[in-house]
Amino acid sequence: MVHKSPLAFYSEALDGVDREELQGKLIVIEGPDSVGRSTQVARLRAWLEHQGHAVLDTGMARGALAGKGIQQAKEGNTLGPITMTLFYATDFADRLENEMIPALRAGFVVLTDRYIFSLMARAIARGEDRAWIERVAGFALVPHAIYYLHAEVRDLLTRVVLGRGAFDHWESGMDMRFGADMHDSFVKYQTRVIHALDRMAKRYEFTIIDATKTPDQIFRELQRSIGKLF
Amino acid sequence: MPLLVPNRHRGKLIVVEGIDGSGKSTQLSLLSQWLRSQCIAVAFSEWNSSPLVRDTTKRGKKKNMFTPVTFSLIHATDFADRLERYIVPLVKSGAVVCADRYAYTAFARDVVRGVSRRWVRNLYRFALRPNLAFYFRVPLEVAIGRILGGRNAIKFYEAGMDLGLSRNVEESFRIFQGRILEEYEAMIQEVGFHVIDATGSIEEQQQQMREVVMRELGESLRNGVMRASPGDADGAQIAARVL
Repeated sequence: MVHKSPLAFYSEALDGVDREELQGKLIVIEGPDSVGRSTQVARLRAWLEHQGHAVLDTGMARGALAGKGIQQAKEGNTLGPITMTLFYATDFADRLENEMIPALRAGFVVLTDRYIFSLMARAIARGEDRAWIERVAGFALVPHAIYYLHAEVRDLLTRVVLGRGAFDHWESGMDMRFGADMHDSFVKYQTRVIHALDRMAKRYEFTIIDATKTPDQIFRELQRSIGKLF
Repeated sequence: MPLLVPNRHRGKLIVVEGIDGSGKSTQLSLLSQWLRSQCIAVAFSEWNSSPLVRDTTKRGKKKNMFTPVTFSLIHATDFADRLERYIVPLVKSGAVVCADRYAYTAFARDVVRGVSRRWVRNLYRFALRPNLAFYFRVPLEVAIGRILGGRNAIKFYEAGMDLGLSRNVEESFRIFQGRILEEYEAMIQEVGFHVIDATGSIEEQQQQMREVVMRELGESLRNGVMRASPGDADGAQIAARVL
């Protein structure tokens, strides 16, 4: 679903933010690991800039405050599930308040590779309480559009094997040891993440895009929909 | 919605709260020594001490990058790390964990910084509920006298300088701590604090604390929590490790 109205907060207004001032557009690309989000973000950015829009692109754990700390923490051997969720939430809040909102004030198109939904899905996949994390992330702005690149876990497996050729510790949920080895843990963990995202689709008005289509087809679909925002 | 997770484990969790200069740390230290002297396995946990987020907190403070929400979230991350790594495993093994400040510090301080009461209470819902929570009640002027007498400089965030309450550090500190005090006072019933009059002598306050501990936890302390065998010096050493 595509919104044209001024942005709203989900459940908790941020102090000092006047929504009427936010003249830009907030566009979210969501989806599980390895689904092809970053390829689409890069192409969309070039296209939007070509159209004359100023674009800020941002993504998880890239913030100035907590980005480095999260990387360091992931290299260590002890990062509990609640701690990890809150560390990512800190990074998200920092990027929202210090990058996205100022850019929206300045009339930019903010293109974000993931938003609160991956953060919540990972928490839920790790057994944390849905209502808890939804309220924690309640200060997020309701985006103009949320595109959910949807794939099944077998599609992700193909991409991992043909792409990087190896499983990642965190993408496999090995911190929780969901399975005996990385493959088993990946399948179980990503299935849970996809399930959690699927359950959010209706409530948060995701536009679902079939990620098994070719990158060109997906890009054209995104272009058509994003074009309606302006 | 229930506030905090009930403790169903063998060990116990005792926390102290109060504004800076209320004397709570001194009292907790005396209490934990007293428990140790009875061969009880005691562990100590301080607010804001996790190595995992230390660099992030430092970076944010040095460059004044924090907003009320990120300030609250990074402290919750720090707290979660200590809870997941130390407090919960130790309480599960039967230790008595003594915490100098707990989630209630965030309930008071973060609200003064500008997040809503409802939001910060939800944020800490994962925390283990303390078996005992002491609140050291002290008039603002007494606390400020203790702080200014004992230290040379009040730090930027400690004084709430980021809130723009006053350009004068001491004045800002006074207003900030005064508001925190109001938040503590308002949550006494809600969180079930045992209130200690922190204007009394150190000995009187300690006596009161010990009486509450014996009344509320006496049976479990005699029978249930982890103990070092008498005369086991190594055991006492392990128990004395500061987390």
